[in-house]
Amino acid sequence: MGTILKLIAKRLATGLVVLWLVSLIIFSGLEFLPGDLAQEILGQSATPESLAAFRKELGLDQPMHTRYLKWLGGVFHGDFGKSLSNQRQISELIGVRFANTMFLASLAAIIAVPIALTLGILAALYRNTFFDRLINVLTLSSISFPEFFIAYILIYLFSVKINFFPSLANISPDTPLWDRVYICLLPAMTLTLVVVAHMMRLTRASIINLLASPYIEMAKLKGLKKARIILYHALPNALAPIINVVVLNLAYLIVGVVIVEVVFVYPGLGQLIVDSVQKRDMPVVQACSLIFAATYVLLNLTADILSIITNPRMLYPK
Amino acid sequence: MSNLRKLEKLVSAGKMSRREFMGAAIAAGVSVTMAGSIFSSVAEAAPKQGGHFKCGIGAGSTTDSLDPATTLQTYTQMINNGAYNYLTEIDNHNKLIGELATSWEASKDAKTWRFKLRKGVTFHNGKSLDADDVIASINHHRGKDSKSAAKPIVKAVKDIKADGKETVIFELSGGNADFPFLMSDYHLPILPAKDGKINATSGIGSGAYIIEKFDPGVTTHLKRNPDYWKKGRGHFDTIEHLVIADVAARTNALQTGAIHAMDRCDLKTVHLLKRNKKIEVLKVVGAQHYTLPMNATVAPFDNNDVRLALKLAIDREALVETILRGYGAVGNDQPIGSAQPYYAKLPQRKYDPDKARFHLKKAGLGSLKVELAAADAAFSGAVDTAVLYKEHAAKCGIDITVNRVPNDGYWSNTWMKKPWSMSYWGGRATPDWMFSVAFAADAEWNEGFWKHEKFNKLLVEARAELDEAKRAQMYAEMQKIVSDEGSVIIPMFAAYVPALSKKIGHDAAISADRDMDGTKAFERWWMA
Repeated sequence: MGTILKLIAKRLATGLVVLWLVSLIIFSGLEFLPGDLAQEILGQSATPESLAAFRKELGLDQPMHTRYLKWLGGVFHGDFGKSLSNQRQISELIGVRFANTMFLASLAAIIAVPIALTLGILAALYRNTFFDRLINVLTLSSISFPEFFIAYILIYLFSVKINFFPSLANISPDTPLWDRVYICLLPAMTLTLVVVAHMMRLTRASIINLLASPYIEMAKLKGLKKARIILYHALPNALAPIINVVVLNLAYLIVGVVIVEVVFVYPGLGQLIVDSVQKRDMPVVQACSLIFAATYVLLNLTADILSIITNPRMLYPK
Repeated sequence: MSNLRKLEKLVSAGKMSRREFMGAAIAAGVSVTMAGSIFSSVAEAAPKQGGHFKCGIGAGSTTDSLDPATTLQTYTQMINNGAYNYLTEIDNHNKLIGELATSWEASKDAKTWRFKLRKGVTFHNGKSLDADDVIASINHHRGKDSKSAAKPIVKAVKDIKADGKETVIFELSGGNADFPFLMSDYHLPILPAKDGKINATSGIGSGAYIIEKFDPGVTTHLKRNPDYWKKGRGHFDTIEHLVIADVAARTNALQTGAIHAMDRCDLKTVHLLKRNKKIEVLKVVGAQHYTLPMNATVAPFDNNDVRLALKLAIDREALVETILRGYGAVGNDQPIGSAQPYYAKLPQRKYDPDKARFHLKKAGLGSLKVELAAADAAFSGAVDTAVLYKEHAAKCGIDITVNRVPNDGYWSNTWMKKPWSMSYWGGRATPDWMFSVAFAADAEWNEGFWKHEKFNKLLVEARAELDEAKRAQMYAEMQKIVSDEGSVIIPMFAAYVPALSKKIGHDAAISADRDMDGTKAFERWWMA
């Protein structure tokens, strides 16, 4: 166990370095983009004088490194600063949206992961049958369509035609849990259709891979039932790659859903970061990117640890 | 009785008020009670109080702020117009009326303006309106430290002072007969002052609605101000004002009843939306126009014959048909729309390859090769417009290279930086305002870099001219100069195309000043 703890500590430390590098890259990226916040906010109606006053008020007239260091200093004190455009505290701005993003991601994961694993196992069990082919065709076609297209189809069927689900998923912090689930079901279904194929295909492939190994052959010769062979003998050994792909998809559900957010008008982090990049609102962009980067770092770490637990041989790299 | 029929038509078109109708009908020999009942049967049902209005708007962002100095788009303009009042208002017949000011008068040179304030107006925080509030609110946009987008509007204000609690006096550096119009600008609401300053982001005003919750880029909740002073306006109990950036999502929301009104319909599919019997699609042609400004200080655009050739080489009718799908009107290379005051009916410039070639020859050129920078940031359909224009111009011996540039940073890097680019104007309520913003020699946004001596002289003279007939003549002349010699091609006026559920009632007349009934839908519309 001690080795695992050491590994976690080491990975978290490198994670911090990664986050710092990310913040540096994002900051310079924003600097290289044309225009700044003052110009983007005033748009066509900017005059040199109002631009100058705007920049002075926000400290945008200071050189790049001063602004970066000032921001970094704040972060070390746990202060992510204020949004430049409307002076709201980042924590207040992001808190609700982060919770929303996590809620939608969890809801989609709760639906998608069991479906994907079950379908994957069933497909492996009945491989090369009509059932297997049907599942493959359906999931692969749903992943091949762009997300917004799937979203529009679902909206057309479930909210325009039969008016069963709302087409807007505008939730607020005081929406009760069950209402939230109901309101978010269409976006969650969209995301499910987008992520199921990947997880299901990998589950199927890794189980089928194992089915050729001698110990499975042995189990078959012993006369065990197919289902038992797959669930008790093949699946535990196939878990490592499955966990990896599941976790990667979870990360996607958190950081990559901006299009679904736009179509369903869901107040998550994706829309916030897009708006903030457009307006060059540096502190907000930084905070969002750090959350996204941290999501990847932590989820990857989780995937590795879970893989190690299911397969302790991985603790000792060659 | 045919006269009465005519009157009825005027009423149902919203061109005649109750009072005007009554007077005219009685003159035509109808009894008072009869006239009254005719009026109400013809005019729309009277507004009803109550209901929860849900509105979905495309242009809103998480970076929005309540500070009126940085109000940018329809979404925040509507919040301003719901929660705040201004000195003056442009009503739904596009006429200037008093809002917080009841009357105003100018000195002979139009340099000094006295505004009398309305009595008995209170802000949402209970403070009652006085001259100090007006002064602080306007000063928020003046001075060196102001970041306001309205700076150019108040630049001419030299001094503001109070004369008692109910009168405000503006001293201008030059005469301006349209000054009361400027005071209706959406950047300039009157907010309560404390120690000579306003709290610009508190959201407290004197408007029909009180802001309950402001979540930028997502939603704004408003509730009716029970003490609102304006009679017959502000009917909804509560309002939910949503940002729905995606036009398909907006349309879906309207069709499923999740919202009652949306702005900017998708012109490609609006004919399908119109089939829905529960939805009304409006078409309001106002002052919004699309432009192609040429830098008149660099070759070849410094030659007016080249500019004329380019103006003749664009097929306006085709653009209105294809780019606007008929939701608009052809432009005549000058920015005053047909619904606006002082509009002069000049002969319409048409697509004419022969004449274009003639002007090219006159400029000493056999053919012309120019580059046009285009991005849809300028207006939706700008790139398509440029490509179509290239085809039109090719028949006139003009070779246009369309340089597609990124939307991102378009206004800072392309517009007024490249010799020829694309742009749009929401339009202004008066010719003076529009000309001063985008055509005057010293205007920050003189996008054509155009300096015309006679035009600029007329602009200053007309501004201070209080004689209406003389003014109209001057503006007609200026429109002709801009059209024939200006360095901006204005091929089309784009209509505002909002759509609303039939559950929403509105006056027959819809303001053409801005989208969503002059962005005053909250105050003017009701739940039918």
